[in-house]
Amino acid sequence: MIPLTRPPASGLQAVFGMSLSLEQVQRIAILARIAVSADEARGVMQQLNRVLELIDQMQAQDTRGIEPMAHALDAQLTVSQRLREDNVTEPDRRAEFQAVAPAAEQGLYLVPKVIE
Amino acid sequence: MLNATLAELGSALAAGKISSHELTRLFLGRIAGLNEKLNAFITVDEERALTDARAADERRAKGEAGPLLGIPLAHKDIFCTKGMLTTCGSRMLSNFVSPYDAHVIERLAAAGTVLLGKTNMDEFAMGSSNETSYYGPVRNPWDSARVPGGSSGGSAAAVAARMSPAATGTDTGGSIRQPAALTGISGLKPTYGLVSRYGMIAFASSLDQGGPLAKSAADLALLLNAMSGFDARDSTSLERPAEDYTRELAMPLAGLRIGLPREYFAEGVEPAVRERVREAVRWFESQGATTVEVALPNTKLSIPVYYVLAPAEASSNLSRFDGVRYGHRAKEYADLKDMYCRSRAEGFGAEVKRRILIGTYVLSHGYYDAYYLQAQKLRRLIAKDFEEAFARCDLVMGPTTPDTAFAIGAKSADPVQMYLNDIFTIAANLAGLPGMSIPCGFDAAGLPVGLQIIGNYFAEARMLGAAHRYQQATDWHLRAPKEAPL
Repeated sequence: MIPLTRPPASGLQAVFGMSLSLEQVQRIAILARIAVSADEARGVMQQLNRVLELIDQMQAQDTRGIEPMAHALDAQLTVSQRLREDNVTEPDRRAEFQAVAPAAEQGLYLVPKVIE
Repeated sequence: MLNATLAELGSALAAGKISSHELTRLFLGRIAGLNEKLNAFITVDEERALTDARAADERRAKGEAGPLLGIPLAHKDIFCTKGMLTTCGSRMLSNFVSPYDAHVIERLAAAGTVLLGKTNMDEFAMGSSNETSYYGPVRNPWDSARVPGGSSGGSAAAVAARMSPAATGTDTGGSIRQPAALTGISGLKPTYGLVSRYGMIAFASSLDQGGPLAKSAADLALLLNAMSGFDARDSTSLERPAEDYTRELAMPLAGLRIGLPREYFAEGVEPAVRERVREAVRWFESQGATTVEVALPNTKLSIPVYYVLAPAEASSNLSRFDGVRYGHRAKEYADLKDMYCRSRAEGFGAEVKRRILIGTYVLSHGYYDAYYLQAQKLRRLIAKDFEEAFARCDLVMGPTTPDTAFAIGAKSADPVQMYLNDIFTIAANLAGLPGMSIPCGFDAAGLPVGLQIIGNYFAEARMLGAAHRYQQATDWHLRAPKEAPL
């Protein structure tokens, strides 16, 4: 993980109630691999801060001692990860899958040069 | 025929009163007449539909039967359909012809249904009004200046306008139930894990669930029978014995305990919506059901919790759209990273970008505990609210949405205003519970009101039974919209 800014010292108070700066918005956009132009950045920042204000309603809730719920059914059911036999099950469908690629040649996906 | 239920269409097909080919042509004609106005479909392939229909007629001629054999259906454009454009409402996939079928598509094709076309939707299912679609907004057939809801807005409008007898949809925070409510039809989001997510383009994987939209609860039961079932290709698909979801359609209502969450009847709900829902509940009481007030105290928190968890999962899921293997690639770029950034900037619309950015932020170093982990803990409290409620009742009832269909453009400037429309539907997704919406009357402007029924895990048959009994005594679900007369 790449730090956005200096991590907050401790606890929730340090994070909640903060609004994002233009610089932070650009940093997040780089992490998300979405180009945000200088013209767009202010509008994006305002909208994101509006959503973060909504999210900040979680701040006041005391959740000490509560187990995080990661699976939709783990409140009711004991769901264990299903495992299968370690066999090859996928057929070769490379040609079909590469037919929808923006650029492919000889079974390879083409991208701009990354190694000089 | 346009207003017939699936059971009626099935009988007509079985009796040879109509062929699937004739029925398919009837609905294709209806689509041709209404789609320009309503924009419910992104893709309609008449030739393929008629080929499917002929195949169904041949299967029947060879002695095959089945409740869905030869029935035309529309599929939300989030389900991959082999050899057919699958856009997810996005410019990113505006050139994507899927090389495979989703599990739901396979199951419904095996049952003999005919694919009429792919329906419009909010981009990547992110929206509550269908206004975020790259293909333009869908219009509500009850009032074309208003939204049909979202994200399965095209499916809902298609069923409401009788352009298709039924349709598929997906529901991550209300995307089946809310548009069903706003267009006066019936829609069901099953228990998480009942319907395979294989080939259903992922938004938030711990919340996404496919389900049917149709005119009636009995139709939903027939469709769920065909759509549900174990699939090894979805790691969260549940291995359970097959169920017949029509088995409780004749269930007695005497003794049924209905829970009424006080938070669902509080301020902020339009008076007409509250009144129609109360009238529906009174009907259940007149049939011998009892009501009890229950509390879902964390209802308000479900929105902030959802807008942390869903964007977090989306930011991860949508990282696959990079302009390399499929989808949109920018024409001009400096290097590989610039190609990613520009392809994604051009391919995604504003709401999708907003959610990816929020998700990226809440998962980033130093913020994870405060946002993501806190949201997961609150998710457990929301699920616990329901656990306590279901100790005291069999089904929960309330409004599906706080108001009826709103005007196109009314909420699109402020994302938060839009998000609040899902206040009553999101909690069922967070808890993994089944939820449905059925029409229960109209407001003064003649717009439909939805009654939401939430059940305990795997209570679909009972929910559908209660809804069917109500629909036997009322005709809200058979009323056709003003702007799409029969």
